[in-house]
Amino acid sequence: MPGISSSLYNIFLRRNTVMLGTVFAAAFGLQLAFDAGSDRIWDAINKGRQWKDIKHRYVEAPEEE
Amino acid sequence: MLARSALRTARSAGAAARNATSRTATRPASTSSSTAEEAASAWKTTALGSGATVFAVGSVAWYYHLYGRNVDAMTPAEEGLHPTQYPWEHQKWFKTFDHQALRRGFLVYREVCASCHSLSRIPYRSLVGNIMTVDEAKALAEENEYDTEPNDVGDIEKRPGKLSDYLPAPYKNDEAARAANNGALPPDLSLITKARHGGCDYIFSLLTGYPEEPPAGAVVPEGLNFNPYFPGTGIAMARVLYDDLVEYEDGTKATSSQMAKDVVEFLNWSAEPEMDERKKMGWKVLAVTSVLFALSVWVKRYKWAPIKTRKIVYSPPKQKSILDQLPKPDKKS
Repeated sequence: MPGISSSLYNIFLRRNTVMLGTVFAAAFGLQLAFDAGSDRIWDAINKGRQWKDIKHRYVEAPEEE
Repeated sequence: MLARSALRTARSAGAAARNATSRTATRPASTSSSTAEEAASAWKTTALGSGATVFAVGSVAWYYHLYGRNVDAMTPAEEGLHPTQYPWEHQKWFKTFDHQALRRGFLVYREVCASCHSLSRIPYRSLVGNIMTVDEAKALAEENEYDTEPNDVGDIEKRPGKLSDYLPAPYKNDEAARAANNGALPPDLSLITKARHGGCDYIFSLLTGYPEEPPAGAVVPEGLNFNPYFPGTGIAMARVLYDDLVEYEDGTKATSSQMAKDVVEFLNWSAEPEMDERKKMGWKVLAVTSVLFALSVWVKRYKWAPIKTRKIVYSPPKQKSILDQLPKPDKKS
């Protein structure tokens, strides 16, 4: 374990520029994950109530033509 | 606040008076001083205490009479009956609108309310993705005509509606609306759930609260209808929702309370189309701040650990007993 953590430290946090990049990338990724996760929870709670759940009843099939 | 403190002083003044009287009364008779003087002073103390008590109680009563009572500018009839609080599903902290109900409510609005009430802050485009598909909204928009920009000779022509147009109002202006409705202006419904005390509950109660006939003794002016929920009880709008007035496309039975519930939910949507985003953002804020709060608690405990766990020991300086300085008795003698 200490070997892994120290090598992680050496790769990502040793140099200041690299650490800044790590911070920004982590913020971007975590934000994406957080938003996607909270949206998924919201959709699960509101299952069947939202427009996207009832949309299929009203969208006319495009292949009729 | 002031009344309470005044009450407290009155109580303590009464207690003080009681103490004074009891002290004089229980003074032992063995001290045979002049009894007449004693009686006079006892009478004075009693009078002083009672007078102070009466004054304190009286001032509290006067103050309450002036400021303590409820001040109602209107009678209960003029305030209107308070609406029943219903457990609206869409008002829970984590629930969105039931969009099927929104669709039904919009149908009720179009077929019933729209003959008198405008919904002028809702464009067709905001219906898309919430209540109907793009094609349905476009078809609905094209049913109405709107003014064009002035053409080359300055004339304004008519064109079919587009998605960016707003829902048309039933009357040209407020004066026309008043003239057509016996002097009463049907309010715009775009923000009505925010604009009325009680919001959804009030509108639902109003729509379903028309009695068969006004109760005995109620004065209903000419041209008005009785509704206990409307402030003043005389409302220009007659009862509009009757069972099976509209036909729902999804097969829901159109009872009057069902229609009222659907249209109230729709009006809540039109007043707060941003509700979903607001609730989602609120939950995100709560999640993030709870993590930050836990972190700050941990940091505080971490920083305070050495301070909280240190031990302060006082070791007093060694003091010689004074007995040691006395000359010891000689053992021999």
